[in-house]
Amino acid sequence: MTPNEIVQTIVNALSLGSIYALLALGLSMVYGVLGMLNFAYGELVTICGYTMLFASRAGAPFPLVVLAGVFAAVLAAVVMELVAFRPLRRASFVTLLFTSFAVSQLLQNTFRQAISTRPQGVPTPRLFDDAISAGGITIGVLPLITAGVGVISLLALTVFFRRSRAGLAMRAAAQDFTTARLVGVRANRVISLAFALSGLLAGIAGVLWIARTTAVSPTTGFVPILQAFIASVIGGLGNLSGAVAGGFFLGTLEVVLQATLPSALLPFAQALALVLVGTILYVRPQGLFGRTVEAKV
Amino acid sequence: MTVEVTDGPLLAVEGLSVAYGPVVAVQDLSLTVAPGEIVAVLGPNGAGKTTLLRTIAGALKPASGTITFEGQRLGGRAPEDVVRRGISLVPEGRHVFPGLSTRENLEVGAISRRDAGVIAEDLERTFSMFPILRERADQPAGTLSGGEQQQLAIGRALMASPRLILLDEPSLGLAPIVVDQIFALITELRAQGSTLLVVEQNVHRALEVADRAYVLAVGRLVTQGRASELATGEIERTYLGLSETR
Repeated sequence: MTPNEIVQTIVNALSLGSIYALLALGLSMVYGVLGMLNFAYGELVTICGYTMLFASRAGAPFPLVVLAGVFAAVLAAVVMELVAFRPLRRASFVTLLFTSFAVSQLLQNTFRQAISTRPQGVPTPRLFDDAISAGGITIGVLPLITAGVGVISLLALTVFFRRSRAGLAMRAAAQDFTTARLVGVRANRVISLAFALSGLLAGIAGVLWIARTTAVSPTTGFVPILQAFIASVIGGLGNLSGAVAGGFFLGTLEVVLQATLPSALLPFAQALALVLVGTILYVRPQGLFGRTVEAKV
Repeated sequence: MTVEVTDGPLLAVEGLSVAYGPVVAVQDLSLTVAPGEIVAVLGPNGAGKTTLLRTIAGALKPASGTITFEGQRLGGRAPEDVVRRGISLVPEGRHVFPGLSTRENLEVGAISRRDAGVIAEDLERTFSMFPILRERADQPAGTLSGGEQQQLAIGRALMASPRLILLDEPSLGLAPIVVDQIFALITELRAQGSTLLVVEQNVHRALEVADRAYVLAVGRLVTQGRASELATGEIERTYLGLSETR
């Protein structure tokens, strides 16, 4: 590989990796606090996309379009919890899993009926298609922005988790929910916060995802939720720093395979990545960064 | 300081029953704890001791009966509300947050409070009380030894500035020398004005520090009395299967 290709690969890996990291973090956070896998999480990306679509059709400038998309995802996540999951607080893992599938299907069909079954283009600033050249190295603006936004969001979130009382409460709740309540962490508040944050992450990742794909359809959320799930399993479900690491790992793997595989094998890049992930999980079922689950007495 | 109800007990449990589905773990149990007392709850495995403490702390819902703290009914309240009323549980098995640092574990213990300045002072006081925790302040709590984790769990409970501390099996699984430390600590806490309700399997040690004790077996109260009198009684031998060596 030429130096140019190496730099491009690094930026692309950071870019895709940070999208996956944001997505995985949002999914893993809710799993950590509630012990539930929210498969309607991908629909938050879709909701973000449609909100962006309608905002830009209404003539809003792009920054406002972005804000509207993120806000819609946060709102949708909080409402989702209040309406669909809170009444089932004491239900089993399987019940909650099926509920989240139901919410996912309900939303997808609503989009099909109310909007369209076909993908619709979301306009993005022309700037995103440009590339920056310096010293013989050319980098796309969009991957650069994506990597920057992703890394800054993750850093901001780290500060929130490390420095704020709400962040501390969430980390405690993610580790041991019952004990967290016993020391005074308010269950409903921390769960609402977890969903709001997961919505925020899905929203930010959603904007970056839509900017990448420049279209939204009822099934837009499928690939993001799948990748988020794989990345958080790699990192060890419920382990927040593991989710971020898993996201970057998965993104890097995909980009490196795309860059190095012979063109005949390119259609299989995704499949190869999954085989690799499967192999990792066969050797380390708790994930690359997960702790071994200890039997509780 | 807080307004204390000097006439009535700090905690009064009356006719309490708790069940896990069809299995009754505690049946028609009554007990009281006066301000400044150390009260021990004794009994073999499965007697319902832990269930009792977890129900008082709000982690389990009573099937019937009442729990009154400082004259106010508690039964059925959520654990996060019970902490705010002034009761802290040190759970069996310690349950420190393994991925949080020692300092963060103590900070999260004060999550129910809003007085930031006083919390900082209390953190300092807790570190002075448990010097080993200061040494381990930035270490993940999961890397601490069992005795250190027990101190951390007690320190975390104190950070809520409780008026009643529920201690569940504080000596379980600890080396004898550490057990000595923990019981010395219990006495010290009382000297500082804390009120404690202690569940223990180590009957002799518990009776040494307690003022009064309740003895449970299979969810029911078997006997109660002053610790000094129970220590010589026949009852404990019968119901607790005491070994002579301890």
